[in-house]
Amino acid sequence: MSHARQTPQKKATLDNGLTVFIQEEHTAPLASVWCWYKVGSKDEGPGLTGVSHWVEHMNFKGTTNIPRDQVKGIIEQFGGSWNGYTWIDQTTYLETATRDALDRMLFIESERMAHCLYHPDDCESERTVIISELQGGENDPDQLLDQELTATAFKAHPYQHPTIGWISDLQAMTRDDLYGYYRRYYIPNNATLVIVGDVDTDEALRRVEHYFGGIPSGQAPPRVRTVEPEQTGERRLTIRKQGTTAYLKVGYHAPSVVDRRFFPLLVLDAVLSGAKGLNLWSSFRVPPPQRSARLYRALVERGLASTVSGSLMPTQDPFLYVVSATATEGTGLAAVEATLLEEIERVRRDGITEAELTKVKAQLKARLVFESDSVSNIAHQIGFFETVASLDVFSGAPARIASVTIDEVAEAARSVCGDSNRTVGCFEPLPVDARGET
Amino acid sequence: MSGLSRTDGPPERRTLQATDSRLRGLSPGRVVLDNGAVFIVKDTHTTPAVAINLAMRAGSICDPIDAPGATWLLSRTIDRGTAVSSASDIAEDLDRRGISLTITVTRHLFSLVCTCLAEDLEPVFELLGDILMAPSIPEDEIATRKGEVITAIRQDEDNPAVRATETLMALLYPNGHPYGRRTKGSIDGVGSLTRERLARLHADRFAPTELTAVVVGDVEVPRAVETAARVFGGWRAASPQAITLASPAPVTERRRLVIPMMNKAQVDVAYGFATLRRADPAYYAFWLMNHVFGQYALGGRLGDSIRERQGMAYYVSSWQEANVVEGPLVIRAGVSAANVDRALTSIDEEVTRLVREGVTQKELDDSRRFLIGAMPRALETNASIATFLQQAEFFGLGHDYDVQLPDLLRAVTVDEVHDVARRTLDAERSTLVIAGPYEE
Repeated sequence: MSHARQTPQKKATLDNGLTVFIQEEHTAPLASVWCWYKVGSKDEGPGLTGVSHWVEHMNFKGTTNIPRDQVKGIIEQFGGSWNGYTWIDQTTYLETATRDALDRMLFIESERMAHCLYHPDDCESERTVIISELQGGENDPDQLLDQELTATAFKAHPYQHPTIGWISDLQAMTRDDLYGYYRRYYIPNNATLVIVGDVDTDEALRRVEHYFGGIPSGQAPPRVRTVEPEQTGERRLTIRKQGTTAYLKVGYHAPSVVDRRFFPLLVLDAVLSGAKGLNLWSSFRVPPPQRSARLYRALVERGLASTVSGSLMPTQDPFLYVVSATATEGTGLAAVEATLLEEIERVRRDGITEAELTKVKAQLKARLVFESDSVSNIAHQIGFFETVASLDVFSGAPARIASVTIDEVAEAARSVCGDSNRTVGCFEPLPVDARGET
Repeated sequence: MSGLSRTDGPPERRTLQATDSRLRGLSPGRVVLDNGAVFIVKDTHTTPAVAINLAMRAGSICDPIDAPGATWLLSRTIDRGTAVSSASDIAEDLDRRGISLTITVTRHLFSLVCTCLAEDLEPVFELLGDILMAPSIPEDEIATRKGEVITAIRQDEDNPAVRATETLMALLYPNGHPYGRRTKGSIDGVGSLTRERLARLHADRFAPTELTAVVVGDVEVPRAVETAARVFGGWRAASPQAITLASPAPVTERRRLVIPMMNKAQVDVAYGFATLRRADPAYYAFWLMNHVFGQYALGGRLGDSIRERQGMAYYVSSWQEANVVEGPLVIRAGVSAANVDRALTSIDEEVTRLVREGVTQKELDDSRRFLIGAMPRALETNASIATFLQQAEFFGLGHDYDVQLPDLLRAVTVDEVHDVARRTLDAERSTLVIAGPYEE
């Protein structure tokens, strides 16, 4: 059967430097608008950790032309949803609504880029909201371990600190810190606007020019220069805290998305733990096909772990490839770690088979189809890749995955998954005391 | 096509009529097989993929009284071998096609859900049918899956949000009511389940009359119907005895329970009521009431008060699940220990204000406009359409429910919302659970 053919994206750059992508998708009467900024937690210096994320929160608090009490409802009246997120390389905002909301969505994003208010009362109110978000994350031992593992694996690069920030910085940051950061990074020449949906490209571009054309460009923001030095030996950390379940994470410094080893490593991860695809926005919502994956068979099928997963994210600078396992009740972490590392060592020694390569390529091909099933997902991928690397990396991903060879996977396994490049994190639960028990 | 009895005309014709779904609604094809199984199909052509959603009316309410958690454990083992395929065969077959099979258990439904490439529909549908009808439930798989379930129960015990919500449900639906039981069961209960018990549960509850199979995606409708008939048409099993659920007993006083979890950083609050049935004529007023109260924009009135104005919580909202019997309305918030009492006072105030004053015409219009306007988004993907069609089928809403829904919402008045608020909410008779680093 035939299916809707994706039209190519129209790319334009306004005089103020704003990069614009428009892709027509006429499968539903919807439009999705995403505005991406090249700023994330890696751009934060000491004392300002968490500022990117806090700024993201503040940018929903009203603008010069959208009073605070009118923010709510502005997209909802079109049945739309809105959101935003911040991570290590990027901050993004989105609205998806019926196509007749396009003008309104562009207006909101232009206001967000240039006219947010940062009222001192709102800054204070949001401080406690964000601290609540941080504490909610700390309730989850797996999330806590992930944060600590990352902080241990990096000693120089600012990928080290969590996106939400350290608590002392969140307690001390001022309104001027927030506003200054906003003004430095929220400029058209540091942004990418993406429109996907039931729109006319030429008309949409005219509306973009109308709303964004008058926003002045700014001085190019500073960029991170630090390169994480090569790790020279295994690092370990153990969190001992009251809890019920033991968790293990093994992290390796991994190549950035533009490194030639990235896609071979993506294939290796699929062999080890199942194919995840490349969509940070949607991939995690559907678990990977992993029943026949090596680590699943070694850990879950043998009853050592209740879950195992691998995580390789497309990032601008070299980040981490992390394998995580949840030990089953009564299983010690040492047994889980030994089995996991044995499998890693086996793939480093013997590589993968042709049958495995064929299988995971099919998995990845399917995942790329599945994660492009909505205007929001399509728009996310365009903006995400343009922000962390270039859209060409995403456009070329299917062909690059298809071209990955067994030798490339073996080379990626040997160069990335070595002992000296490894950080091992353990969460060992201590008995919950009487006050923690019902 | 022998063996098929179509209830409402040839699906292929209806699909042709429905090429512009913006004007005509989803217009899915619906076929009832001779054995009572229902097959619903909707063709879309956004991506070369298909969503499959097979739902059995065999959810956790079917847990035998002496075997809590049996349905959940069955869901973990049902795809681990059949009469003709080993667990390893199934794993390889799914994995090589890039398919992640999700098996979920709700109070009423046991569902197999996945998305596959369109070219794989027939073999995947056959495999899922085999899993659903003829699982072998191997002994060794049961042992391994028990370990996973017990670990998951232990993780839940360390999760304040789960503890608060599950305890609230147990208080709202006491005395072993199926809505109040933990779906996963207990550690001891799971430990004692046997293969024989799971096989008997499957034999007792899985029958074609309980099945609704939905396929949405890049399919040729007649071929999909043929596939469904071939896979499920020959299934013969006696219809299970209906399970009658009692209404929860009325709550006569406010109840408050604290679960101290001093190893945690934040408190989770669950505050709620048993409310009304999905079939209640006031359902649409109730839905809109809850949307104004705890959903619109970022958490409705609750979000305005507790997050936006007072900055006390990253999340606060309410959800409702009107169901076969009176379902819950649950308010959830995550707050620091120091803010628990303030947050509860604010929730009480918002509940009382809603009961006393109802909602304004503007609030009602805003929520209504949002819910109607959100339908194209809610029905954008194959998987979301399949879920919508399953819900319509389960509650008997009609296969043109997507067309009817806007009018059902438009008909709701401010007075009706106020009436249903008075009927279902009362701060003096609320039940609340506080789990986290907090002590009375």
